[in-house]
Amino acid sequence: MSLMLEPNTEQIKEQKIYQQMGLSDAEFEMVETILGRTPNYTETGLFSVMWSEHCSYKNSKPVLAKFPTKAPRVLQGPGEGAGIVDIGDGQAVVFKMESHNHPSAIEPYQGAATGVGGIIRDVFSMGARPIAMLNSLRFGELTTPRVKYLFEEVVAGIAGYGNCIGIPTVGGEVQFDACYEGNPLVNAMCVGLIDHKDIQKGVASGVGNPVMYVGAKTGRDGIHGATFASEELTDASEEKRPAVQVGDPFMEKLLLEACLELVKSDALVGIQDMGAAGLTSSSAEMASKAGSGIEMDLDHVPQREKGMTAYEMMLSESQERMLIVVKKGREPEIVELFEKYGLDAVTVGTVTDDSTLRLVHKGKVVAEVPVDALAEDAPVYHKPSSVPAYFTEYQQLENVEPKVDNYSDALVNLLQQPTIASKEWVYDQYDHQVRTSTVVSPGSDAAVIRVRGTNKGLAMTTDCNSRYIYLDPETGGKIAVAEAARNVVVSGAKPLAITDCLNFGNPEKPEIFWQLEKAADGMSEACTILDAPVIGGNVSLYNETNGTAIYPTPTIGLVGLVEDLKHVTTQDAKKAGDLVYLIGESFTEFGGSELQKMVEGRIFGKAPAIDLVVEAERQQQILSAIRQGLVASAHDVAEGGVAVALAEKAFGKGLGLEVALTGSPTTALFSESQSRFILTVSPENAQSFEETVTGAKKIGTVTGDTNLVIKGEDGTAWINDSVETLRSAWKGAIPCLLKSEA
Amino acid sequence: MKFAVIVFPGSNCDLDMYHAVKDELGEEAEYVWHDSTDLSKYDGILLPGGFSYGDYLRCGAIAQTSAIMGEVKKAAEAGKPVLGICNGFQILTEAGLLPGVLLRNKNLKFMCHTVGLKVENAHTMFTNQYTQGQEIRIPIAHGEGNYYCDDETYEKLKANNQIVFTYEDDFNGSRNNIAGIINEQGNVLGMMPHPERAVSDLIGGSDGLGLFRSIVKQWRESHVTHA
Repeated sequence: MSLMLEPNTEQIKEQKIYQQMGLSDAEFEMVETILGRTPNYTETGLFSVMWSEHCSYKNSKPVLAKFPTKAPRVLQGPGEGAGIVDIGDGQAVVFKMESHNHPSAIEPYQGAATGVGGIIRDVFSMGARPIAMLNSLRFGELTTPRVKYLFEEVVAGIAGYGNCIGIPTVGGEVQFDACYEGNPLVNAMCVGLIDHKDIQKGVASGVGNPVMYVGAKTGRDGIHGATFASEELTDASEEKRPAVQVGDPFMEKLLLEACLELVKSDALVGIQDMGAAGLTSSSAEMASKAGSGIEMDLDHVPQREKGMTAYEMMLSESQERMLIVVKKGREPEIVELFEKYGLDAVTVGTVTDDSTLRLVHKGKVVAEVPVDALAEDAPVYHKPSSVPAYFTEYQQLENVEPKVDNYSDALVNLLQQPTIASKEWVYDQYDHQVRTSTVVSPGSDAAVIRVRGTNKGLAMTTDCNSRYIYLDPETGGKIAVAEAARNVVVSGAKPLAITDCLNFGNPEKPEIFWQLEKAADGMSEACTILDAPVIGGNVSLYNETNGTAIYPTPTIGLVGLVEDLKHVTTQDAKKAGDLVYLIGESFTEFGGSELQKMVEGRIFGKAPAIDLVVEAERQQQILSAIRQGLVASAHDVAEGGVAVALAEKAFGKGLGLEVALTGSPTTALFSESQSRFILTVSPENAQSFEETVTGAKKIGTVTGDTNLVIKGEDGTAWINDSVETLRSAWKGAIPCLLKSEA
Repeated sequence: MKFAVIVFPGSNCDLDMYHAVKDELGEEAEYVWHDSTDLSKYDGILLPGGFSYGDYLRCGAIAQTSAIMGEVKKAAEAGKPVLGICNGFQILTEAGLLPGVLLRNKNLKFMCHTVGLKVENAHTMFTNQYTQGQEIRIPIAHGEGNYYCDDETYEKLKANNQIVFTYEDDFNGSRNNIAGIINEQGNVLGMMPHPERAVSDLIGGSDGLGLFRSIVKQWRESHVTHA
């Protein structure tokens, strides 16, 4: 039995108990106005969790409205479990990315694992078969025991869940920066495949239809998880460990298979994941979307613990549960279907016509709230925004080159920076091949998954350089989208759409809200020009530790369509004798660059400039050349500049490259100017290639030699190193940092 | 030839095994749920990888109590080919159809990449399409693939040529780099690497095809003789 007595309505109001749940005085008054009375404890809980930023987007709605979300191929935009894009032949790709930052900061293994579990449920609740996972991770510098612990445990948690459920983890990115020390970012993305006819929605329609609870039992874990996700982290956050859920991938595997069997049945009316805010959000949202109401008898909710209160059941975020609505009279076949997998399928309520969420517990009505008030009527705040002083200051700085004495040493050091270094230590722990459809494994620009039974593939990537966004949110926002698109294009695919996780600090601070607004402006423009609408995502605000915010990090997840698997292109140089081409110019742009951080120990100045029209044109030309079969290998130029990109091209097959660059060595080698690519082309295709990719500049050849040689115009070798030496520096950096004593 | 792909709750390489047989070999395959009690219509039994019962308690420990395992034992006794890959291998050791156990990898981490294997015995119904000592490249994906057996068992395995595959490098701690073993009768093979993931160059190699082709060849020959 619960030993705590719940406060009565007077106590809730007088003692402002609602504040502890995250509701402001004004919000509590709104609730009173809506209900025409003071809410009881359970009702206060329902409002507090549904009106949290995590569930209601009350602070970010005006910003999210900026994103382009439509295109003829978009079958489902933001608002459901995941977005859906047509890929032809009656099939569609379903994907979404979501953050699990705060839980992972407190309990990294379970935080990351349940992040994976949650996003997988979002995809299969649409009726789709999950076919791939990606992630985007941010940690502090890999020097303290705490950061190493968070990094190792987050990776283990992602691996533990994804490997067990049998969905390949095929791609992702990991970056390290001091600003994430107390507040790591764990963003997980799931990609699924569906036939148009199987697309499901989370609706509770048909008055009298039963509402059924399927999957794992409800416990006291994760109570108020969504509220916890909507506040800043402090030293006291450790006490919130009970707000972190515990995952059971085996249970989810069973639920996945059962639900995919269920979506083939015409008995199913609607299905929704019990994710953040659990039973509350799934019931209120399903009813609200259908214009109906739901009455539930909580006595029937499968419970893992004794004596749970209505409040606890409604706010629990126990994992691996779904709420479904089925046609009246068809319950027995649903029960039988779930029984095959050893899962509960219990009728807990009925669809009503009074637009009310009515909860009965032990024979008494314990909550009676309009569903729209919970799901739709959360207040929307237009937060004040102001330009931060640092931005004004940085915009006035001239672009200068960091001082480099020895180019070889600088390259080796760059290759050892954890953000650039090989992530093999990470992805070796992920099963990236299960389902035997992984055509391009982790380590190239984008992963490619074949669509079995067709000759098509899906290229997918996650990307975000938050340093540029910190220096200049609007430009950085454009770059984030453009780079994700670049990764997919060089892999041989046309970008279809994006999902994003907007990870920012506390939006109540005007400088943070300005970052959010500007980044969204930049992203929106890039999405429009590069024809990649936003089909879903999430917002994670309050990423601050003891008052210090992370860099603004709007992570982009992008999926592209490979029309023919023979277009699949990887970054590794393929054959001695092939020609090396550089597309795009290198300017003195080092603001937020890896070299600047390495040499100066901090980032400052302007972010690299980007012209989206030029970007779009180059991407189209390169994709066209790839589709014509003219390109042997392709890679975009990103962190660490041309020198790092060339080294990465050499690593795959251990082939040498010899190239000559023009201009100042430091800029030519390490600048992070945008919209640049390095491709290799066999000599017989050179002419057609040059006609297709008009700005391509031949800079050298792939050699049979074992060295990476980069020369200046006058023939001076700036860099002449054995590929093997460079590779072992690059490959060994992360394992070495993890082993070293802090 | 008709294969049964056994599906336990938590199996996740069943699809891969099914498609390897059906698409790449052109043979018949059917999924068989763990509570089934009849395998008589199948010519070969495949136990796929995954995390049966979540690997709770111990890998394969719960799966080996399934109703289907009695039938798998009968099929093994009848001389039908029984192939257990990864979790399937773990289940076969738990069921006592193969000796030894699979412990956690020596670095205590899950690992997924392609490794070099040496065919130690090319005279089995699973390896007749390889040559003795051939080096093949097959993906691994496991957290508990560290094969262990006592000295007596090891000597016996060696004496009977029951060690079928060894790893070229020791990465998981397996005794004498053992990657796959066969029973004394020669019709039950367990291995940690995933040949069903190496059946097409599109997905990174086709060195695993030889294993499936070996099974089919042997079956065809024996059935022509008996016909």
